[in-house]
Amino acid sequence: MGLFVAQLLTGLANAAALFLVASGLSLIFGVTRIVNFAHGSLYMLGAYFGVTLMHMLPGVFGFWGSILLSGLIVGLIGIVIEICVLRPVYRAPELFQLVATFGVILVIQDLTLMIWGAEDQLGPRAPGLKSVVRILGEPVPQYDLALIAITPVILLGLWWLIAKTRVGILVRAATQDREMVGALGVNQSWLFTGVFFLGSMLAGLGGAIQLPKGGADLLMDLNIIAAVFVVVVIGGMGSIPGAFVAAVLISVLNVFGVSYLPQSTLVLMYVVMAVVLLVRPYGLFGREEKAGEHGQVGEPERPIRPAGMRGRMLVAALLAALALVPLFGGNFTQVLITDILIFCLFAASLQFMLSTGGLVSFGHAAYFGGGAYAAALLVTYAGSPMELAFLFAPLAAGLLAIIFGWFCIRLSGVYFAMLTLAFSQLVWSLVFQWYDVTGGDDGLVNIWPAEWLSGTTAFYYFTLIVGVGGIILLRHLTHAPLGYTLRATRDSARQAEATGINVKRVQWVAFATAGAMAGLAGGLFVFSKGSIFPNELEIGKSFDALIVVFLGGVKTLSGGVVGAAFMESAKDWLTRLEYWRLVLGLVIIGVVIIAPDGIVGTLRKVSERVGLRRSEEFMK
Amino acid sequence: MLEISGLNSFYGKAHILNDLGFTVSRGEVVALLGRNGAGKTTTMKSIMQLVRPKSGKVTFDGKDITAMPSHKVARFGLGYVPEERRIFTDLTILENLEVGRQAKRTDAPSWTVDALFELFPNLSERRHNRGKALSGGEQQMLTIARTLMGNPKLLLLDEPSEGIAPVIVEQMAKTILRFKQEGLTVIISEQNLHFARIVADRAIIIESGEKKFDGTFADLEKQPEIRDAYLSV
Repeated sequence: MGLFVAQLLTGLANAAALFLVASGLSLIFGVTRIVNFAHGSLYMLGAYFGVTLMHMLPGVFGFWGSILLSGLIVGLIGIVIEICVLRPVYRAPELFQLVATFGVILVIQDLTLMIWGAEDQLGPRAPGLKSVVRILGEPVPQYDLALIAITPVILLGLWWLIAKTRVGILVRAATQDREMVGALGVNQSWLFTGVFFLGSMLAGLGGAIQLPKGGADLLMDLNIIAAVFVVVVIGGMGSIPGAFVAAVLISVLNVFGVSYLPQSTLVLMYVVMAVVLLVRPYGLFGREEKAGEHGQVGEPERPIRPAGMRGRMLVAALLAALALVPLFGGNFTQVLITDILIFCLFAASLQFMLSTGGLVSFGHAAYFGGGAYAAALLVTYAGSPMELAFLFAPLAAGLLAIIFGWFCIRLSGVYFAMLTLAFSQLVWSLVFQWYDVTGGDDGLVNIWPAEWLSGTTAFYYFTLIVGVGGIILLRHLTHAPLGYTLRATRDSARQAEATGINVKRVQWVAFATAGAMAGLAGGLFVFSKGSIFPNELEIGKSFDALIVVFLGGVKTLSGGVVGAAFMESAKDWLTRLEYWRLVLGLVIIGVVIIAPDGIVGTLRKVSERVGLRRSEEFMK
Repeated sequence: MLEISGLNSFYGKAHILNDLGFTVSRGEVVALLGRNGAGKTTTMKSIMQLVRPKSGKVTFDGKDITAMPSHKVARFGLGYVPEERRIFTDLTILENLEVGRQAKRTDAPSWTVDALFELFPNLSERRHNRGKALSGGEQQMLTIARTLMGNPKLLLLDEPSEGIAPVIVEQMAKTILRFKQEGLTVIISEQNLHFARIVADRAIIIESGEKKFDGTFADLEKQPEIRDAYLSV
C-alpha cells in the first residue's frame, strides 16, 4: 500500500512539467492553429536558463525566482519566434507552418550547444526541499510534494485566465473565428503574440521546474515533444483540463510501468493513446474538427500531367549516366549514389501521400525502419535467404501501414500528423526496448545481401533498378485512377465523397502504398549497410524525409526525389560544419518564408518567366 | 460621412466589384439592393477591409481607410454585422458582447449591456446561455448587439432579414428605425424590397458589382423597368 501511494505521488509530481509544456502547446494551437513543434525546444531552453540563473541567484528566493525568470525569458524568446518566423506564414498551409517550427528546433539546438556546451547540466536541488518525507513508511521527496501542490494552482490560474478575464474571452473567440474578432476591433496580431508568449512561458517554466528532478541536456527537446503530443492528443487539442488529466494519466502510468512492466514503459504510453483514440478520436476533452473548416489556402494546385518529351529525355539521359557510373566512379561514389537512391525512394513514397494525397505524415520513418527491421529479423532468426527477406520488407511495412493507417485516416490535418508521429514513436520504443529480440541500441548486424549481389557494383545496379523502378511506379500511380481520386480527396474531401469516392478507403490505400514503398527503401537500406539501428526509426528520420520533400517542392511531383538527391549530396559537405543544424534550420525557415515553392517549384517559375517553359495560361 | 470611389475587388481571379462608387451622409439609412451574387456582401467586406480592394478608395469621416487593418477600421467607428452572423457559439451571450466592447466615443451613440438587453429582451433572459443554444432570430439579435458594443458611427448590416421568422423581421425593422432616431448611420444590404422600403431613406441597386441605380424609393417606383431588371420581386 505504502509503495503504491509513493508511486502515485511520484507520477503526480512528474506530471507537472509535462502538463506545463502540453498546456502551452494546446493554448497556442487553439488560437493560432499552429502546432508548435519547437515547444520542446522552449522547454529545453527553460531548463538551461534555469540552471544558469540558479547558480547566480542563491537561496530559496533565488531558486524560485530563477524558475519564474526562466519562464519569462523563454516567453520573450517565444515572442521573437512568433514575430520573425510565424507571422509571415500564418496564411500558409499547415505543413509550411509545421516545417517552419521544425527549422526553429534545429536553430535552438545549435544555439544551445554554442552557449552551454555539450555537457549535461546537473539540476540544482531546491533549497529547503532537499530531504524526503515518510508517507506510509515510504520516502517521498519533499520537492515532489511541492510540485504536486503547484500544478493544480497553475491549472486553476490558467482556467481563471481563460474563463473569467477579457483576454481569455478574446482567446476563446479567436479560437473559433479569428477574422470576426478582428472585424470587431480586436488587434489579432497582439492577441497571437500574447498567446505565444504565454504558451512559451509555460514551456519555459516546465523546463525550469523539473530541474531538481531531471537536469538539462541537449536531447530533452525531442524527448519531451513526443510525450507532449501524446498528452495533447489524449486530452484533446486546445483543452487545458484535458492536458492536465492526460499528463497525470501518462505520468502515473509511466511510474507504475517502470515497476511492473519495465520492458514496456515507452510502449505503454502509445498503447493508451491508441485505446483512447479508438473510443474518442478527438481526445478526452477535444472537439471534433470539421474538415475544410478553414478553407483552401495558398495558390490553387496545378494540374499535373505526364512528363513531356523534353522531361523524358532528361530522365533517360540521367539514368544512362547513372548506369555508367561504375565504369568511371570508384567505390565511394557508388556507395554515395546508392545512399542517395535509397533516400530518394523513401522521399518519393512520402511525397506520394503528402503531395498527391494531402496526408501530412510526421512518422514516415516507421515504415522505412519497419521494413528494414522486418527483413533483418527474418535473416537473424529464420536464417532466411536475402531474396525472401528483401521481399518481406515492403510487405511488412505495408502491413504496418495498413494497421496504423486505419487509426490515422480517421483524423485529418494536424491531428493526423501527430498521430502518425506517435505511432512511429511506438515502433521506435518497441524496437528500442525489446532488447532480447531487436538488440535495442546495439541493433541487428550481419545482414548482408546474397552472393550474387555482394559486390558494391552489383548492389549499386540492384538499387538503381529497384529504386528507380519504385519511383516510377509511384509516379505512375499518381497518373492512374488511384492518383486522380486521391487528388480529389485532397482538394475537397466533401465533394469527393459526394461524387461517390470512398474518401477514407482511398486515403487508406494511399497510406498503405506509401508505407510499403518506404519499406522497400528500408529493405535496400539494411542490405546495403549490413546492419540496422533504432535511429532509423527516430523522429529525426521522419523529419529528414519531410524536409527534403519540402525543399524539393511540395506542390510538384518530383520535389521529393530532387530534394532528397540535393540534400543527401549536400549532407556530406554540410555535416562537416560544426553548427550545421543552425545553417540547415535557417535555410528551412528561409525557404518557408521566401521560396515556399521549393527547388523544383522555383525552377519551374523561373523557367516560365524567361520563357523556357509554357506557363499554365488556362489557369488564369 | 462615407465615400466610396472606383472600387474594384476580386475573389482570387473573379472580378466582383467593378468601379463601384457611392456616398452615404451622416444619419442616413441606405439600402444596398441586388440579387444573389450581385456584390452586396463584397461591398461591405471591402468597406471593412476584410476583402482588400485592388483599386479604389474608401473614405470615412474624411480619412482614407483603404488598406487599413480591419480592427483599426472597426475602432475607427465602422460596425460590421455579417450575413452568416458568425456569433461565437462556445461563448455565452454576455461573453459574445464582451468581445465586441470598445471605448465610448463622443460622436456616436454609446451602448451598454443593459441598454442592449432592453433593446433585445430575448437576449436578456438567456444571457448565460451559449451561442449555440440560440435560435436564428436570437443569433441575429446577438450579432447586432455585439457590433453595437463597439459604439459604431456607421453600422453595416448584411441581410438582416434573411432566414428569420416574420415576427422577428418586423421587430428588426423597428430596431433599425430606432437606430436612425438615435442618430446612427446605417447601410443595410437586402433582397427584400418591402423590408428595405420600410427602413431605408435611399436605395442603391448593384448588379455584377456595378451601380445601376441610386435614389429615393419614390424615384424607384417611377422606374419599374429598373426594379424588374435588377431585383427579383
